[in-house]
Amino acid sequence: MIGSTNTDVGRSRWLRSWGYHAEYYAQTWRGSVASSVLFPILYLAALGIGVGHLVAHHHGVVDGQTYLHYIAPSLLATTTMQLGEGESLWPVLACVKWIRTYHAAATTPLEPDDILFGKLAWVATRAFVTAVLYTAIIACFGAIQSWWSLTLPFIGTLVTLAFSAPLVAYAARSQSDASFTTLYRFAFVPMFLFSATFYPLSEYPGYLRPVVQFFPLYHGVALARAAAFGQGSLVPQLGHVAVLVAMAVLGVMWGRRTMRRRLTD
Amino acid sequence: MTGTHVLEAHQLVKRFGEFEAVKGIDVEIDRGESFGFLGPNGAGKTSTMRMISAVSQPSGGTISIFGLDPRTHGPEIRSRLGVVPQEDSLELELSVRHNLEMFGRYFDLSRRVVRERATELLEFTQLTERANDKVDNLSGGMKRRLTIARGLMNRPEILILDEPTTGLDPQARHLLWDRLYRLKREGVTLIITTHYMDEAEQLCDRLVVMDQGSIVAEGAPRTLIEQFSTREVVELRFTTDDHEEYFDRLAPFAERVEVLPDRVLLYVNNGDDTLRDVHAAHITPTSALVRRSSLEDVFLHLTGRTLTE
Ligand SMILES: Nc1ncnc2c1ncn2[C@@H]1O[C@H](COP(=O)(O)OP(=O)(O)O)[C@@H](O)[C@H]1O
Ligand SMILES: [Mg+2]
Repeated sequence: MIGSTNTDVGRSRWLRSWGYHAEYYAQTWRGSVASSVLFPILYLAALGIGVGHLVAHHHGVVDGQTYLHYIAPSLLATTTMQLGEGESLWPVLACVKWIRTYHAAATTPLEPDDILFGKLAWVATRAFVTAVLYTAIIACFGAIQSWWSLTLPFIGTLVTLAFSAPLVAYAARSQSDASFTTLYRFAFVPMFLFSATFYPLSEYPGYLRPVVQFFPLYHGVALARAAAFGQGSLVPQLGHVAVLVAMAVLGVMWGRRTMRRRLTD
Repeated sequence: MTGTHVLEAHQLVKRFGEFEAVKGIDVEIDRGESFGFLGPNGAGKTSTMRMISAVSQPSGGTISIFGLDPRTHGPEIRSRLGVVPQEDSLELELSVRHNLEMFGRYFDLSRRVVRERATELLEFTQLTERANDKVDNLSGGMKRRLTIARGLMNRPEILILDEPTTGLDPQARHLLWDRLYRLKREGVTLIITTHYMDEAEQLCDRLVVMDQGSIVAEGAPRTLIEQFSTREVVELRFTTDDHEEYFDRLAPFAERVEVLPDRVLLYVNNGDDTLRDVHAAHITPTSALVRRSSLEDVFLHLTGRTLTE
């Protein structure tokens, strides 16, 4: 990987950082898995079946789908977004400030880049596994209708990285968590609610549509839906991918700076 | 001392914005030596340690460790160093053993090797009984020992310790010192910072006295004391708000007099004789103590301030 000139032989250094995160997770995951299977099932049952019943009563279908099928792919996008958010703010600030385990890692052969890449690779790994699981659950609810849905795990991973990379970069330069709660309140929650997550873009008033389309999550939701149903032409999908890739790439570039500054200052 | 220097730093500078925390210091450390940085809080010890552990970038000057430049050979240098940072920075949610094994994996040691070394080092730092406990539940002294064990996982040639015993009770400190003597006997080069003069006297073959980012003196502890202080010190306390008023009356009895907020120090060759003379002159302190000079006195002489404010 870029930046990791290996002067010491052996496993790539960023891979050691990835392995550390994996090992840490293996030691501490207990309990979290049950909820990550249970949550989507409850969510889809409550919203899809409950609200879906109401919708069916009034409109019949949404964009040609039952309401349950319509919201199922967006659940994958919102969940992977939340994974990227949750893994990147407080956990990183703890590692660079409160407990300083990244500073400890920086005394080993690892470079700041290795610590960053290892972290992001680990978050991506979790995202992929989560997205596979969610794809399977969505399939159980009958919302998978195309071979394109095989790309759902990759879409989920991309959504996670699009959020995780810039947020890790941001946390690595933070002195306190004061702004994190603000981010949740004024960015993440509105984005979760208004990214065409629960109803189509066409339902928003005209002046709000550009705002919705500005939200990164909107692109994730749109992609997930297109993949699950095999709908829509390819070009707009490439546009969505480009937005998310750009966020991830810019986030990584920013993170390389903030992480280096934080750990080598 | 013979042999090439295992570590050299020349005109080392560290700036944080406008503020200069380390102001162009020079140090040369020999293999197998145990070398100290003695100075009060804010002297620039941690900033210096972080630079010479090939982690933090110097703002100026050069460093050579094992003959290598940290700017180009950071990973290689760090693979041969052990670092015990000022803050333990341990994984609080994990067990003692996992902290060691996982850290060892950063050096790309095999699972078998980290397991063996962890067992060995748990024994060495007397933590075997706590191997499976969560680190959060350990005492401060145990956490410190675990951090030292962690710093030894890669069998370093140099162990860098930033305030190894700050905040520990005397018993925990002595246990830790004992482990450090053993490492020294095994040939590990020790670099230690401390603001405890007794720690510096106990552990260091040679040290530098640091104050406000600069080195103000360098040498073996005994040499420094001989050079900058007298053999003995008489400490006198009086019932007064201002010990300064005794300066003129006591000055004739000593080579040098230092007035602190709560006592007056007389620097003399024979403390008992001086004390007798003081009493004979009808000066009556509420308490009097005769002791040998220490590095604390060296620091006071050089900077006019005490090590622990
Ligand atoms: N990251 C930093 N940013 C700004 N100032 C710093 C930073 N780190 C240390 N300092 C300042 O540099 C000086 C030396 O600090 P330090 O090296 O920690 O000294 P010591 O370890 O001897 O107590 C102190 O005045 C401290 O406030
Ligand atoms: Mg310090």
